[in-house]
Amino acid sequence: MLNPVNLISESSIEEAAYEAHRLAATTLPADVQQAFHGMHERETHELPKQVMAAIVENMEVAEIDQRPICADVGVSRIYAVCGNEAGVAGGGIAFERAVRRATERVTHDLALRSNRCHPLNRTNPGNNLGVFSPNVEYRFEPDADWIEIIAVHKGGAFGSDFRMMVDGDGAKAVHKGVLDAIAEFGRRGLTCPPVLIGVGIGGTKDQAFAIAKQAAVLRPIGDRHPEPEIASLEDELLDLANSLGLGAMGYEGTGGYATDVHVEIAYTHSALTPLGIHQICQACRRGVVRVHKDGTLERREQPSWFTPYSRRLGVEVA
Amino acid sequence: MATHRLSIPLTEEAVRELRIGDIVYLDGKIHTGRGIYYDHVLTKGNKPPIDLATESNVQIHCAPAAVEDAPGKYRVSSVQATASFRYWKWVPDYIEQFGIRAVIGKAGMDKWVYEESFAKNGTVFLTTVGYGVAALYGRAIKNVDAVYWKEELGLPEALWIFDVENLGPFIVDGDCTGASLAAQEIEKINPNFAAAYEKLPDFTLKRIGEIDDTLEHEVIVGRMGCPDPKAE
Repeated sequence: MLNPVNLISESSIEEAAYEAHRLAATTLPADVQQAFHGMHERETHELPKQVMAAIVENMEVAEIDQRPICADVGVSRIYAVCGNEAGVAGGGIAFERAVRRATERVTHDLALRSNRCHPLNRTNPGNNLGVFSPNVEYRFEPDADWIEIIAVHKGGAFGSDFRMMVDGDGAKAVHKGVLDAIAEFGRRGLTCPPVLIGVGIGGTKDQAFAIAKQAAVLRPIGDRHPEPEIASLEDELLDLANSLGLGAMGYEGTGGYATDVHVEIAYTHSALTPLGIHQICQACRRGVVRVHKDGTLERREQPSWFTPYSRRLGVEVA
Repeated sequence: MATHRLSIPLTEEAVRELRIGDIVYLDGKIHTGRGIYYDHVLTKGNKPPIDLATESNVQIHCAPAAVEDAPGKYRVSSVQATASFRYWKWVPDYIEQFGIRAVIGKAGMDKWVYEESFAKNGTVFLTTVGYGVAALYGRAIKNVDAVYWKEELGLPEALWIFDVENLGPFIVDGDCTGASLAAQEIEKINPNFAAAYEKLPDFTLKRIGEIDDTLEHEVIVGRMGCPDPKAE
């Protein structure tokens, strides 16, 4: 039974969501910034070297000027990690109202593009709200009395793919799927490389696509899956992506195409293996703010989306 | 690879001197437009309210990150282009009808568009750098000169006219000889893909319409029914 004294206020949630959106829009995470500096240094071809220099300058200007890193601010969305011991005054409805208000405010204050519109008649309410918008994905974490709000701004039409593999297709078919996605969207740079690639294998069809997205946007560069077999696959796929001679913008280069590859798996249908792939562009944006039960906000570098509990590793039935 | 700083309206002579890989910075008036705008002008026949050829012969495939703080008072934060190859059915008509000398976009267009349309017309394709240095470009927007068709098209897709100062860098992706930087780079990269494909098995099941000659296609537009003018 929750103690009402310890409930987090709606206004604290709103401020956290606002701050998460602001960080996502204007400030690339430290791991991404570091990776881009490294790629710029490693690049030996003139064209992609100039491009990497501009990408690095842009991320610095965005932070200084508080301008969106990219004009395509994606479609407003939030991932929320809810501590099992945390509660919000007014409940989940208050939480979602706070997220909507924060989204509208930050859209105006930072002059974000109003990117959400009706899919057929293109009516645009001008505040990044609307039918099913912003979408919020929740998960729960045991023994935690905080709520973490993660804003992800991901734009673009290109780079994602889905494929229904069958029981005869093994890990090498995953290599093929990733290579296809790079051939299709990476060669001309439609993915805005350098990219961070997320791969989802298994689960249901929609789950494979969802965990691929989460793998791409909610894990830091350098992170490895706890299962050694999956971690090895991540290393192999990263080698594959960076063995093709692609640099920034898909030009021939030595700086690399991908900053990392993250793979998530989910137990799947005994006869099938759905495969989802996402490539997150150089505007690799996430903002993470944790709200503690006393209402204080804590900016965090990395999301807490993936934990042993969230993957249900070693979790008993009862 | 030369660097140029050019004033708008661009002259045909200046544009014909540019070569793929050159870096370009711009001063003057640019105008925006994406698919909804092209449909409004080219299909529905609405005439742009200014003479583009003499005032703003540079178009950017962009919907800006911007808000209207008070009626007619705009604040633009970041500017970035969207993927341009998908506008192949509009761009040749548009540049010819309205005297456009440079199209700023993302990732270029198929080589045949440069050969059949840009080279004849005297137009270049300038690609944004990194495809997302929007804050840098945003800094170069000095003034919103006008916003037209806001009610009809909505604020992002409206026709925005910007006064820009030293807007860039852009890279020439398509020049007036019909050359394509992206196509040139793809040709260099393709042998590496071919080698990687050789080591991998095919999927057990294929999808309807799936192609086997992946590397023959510059971009996915090739799979989407884009006509090859040489075949006609």
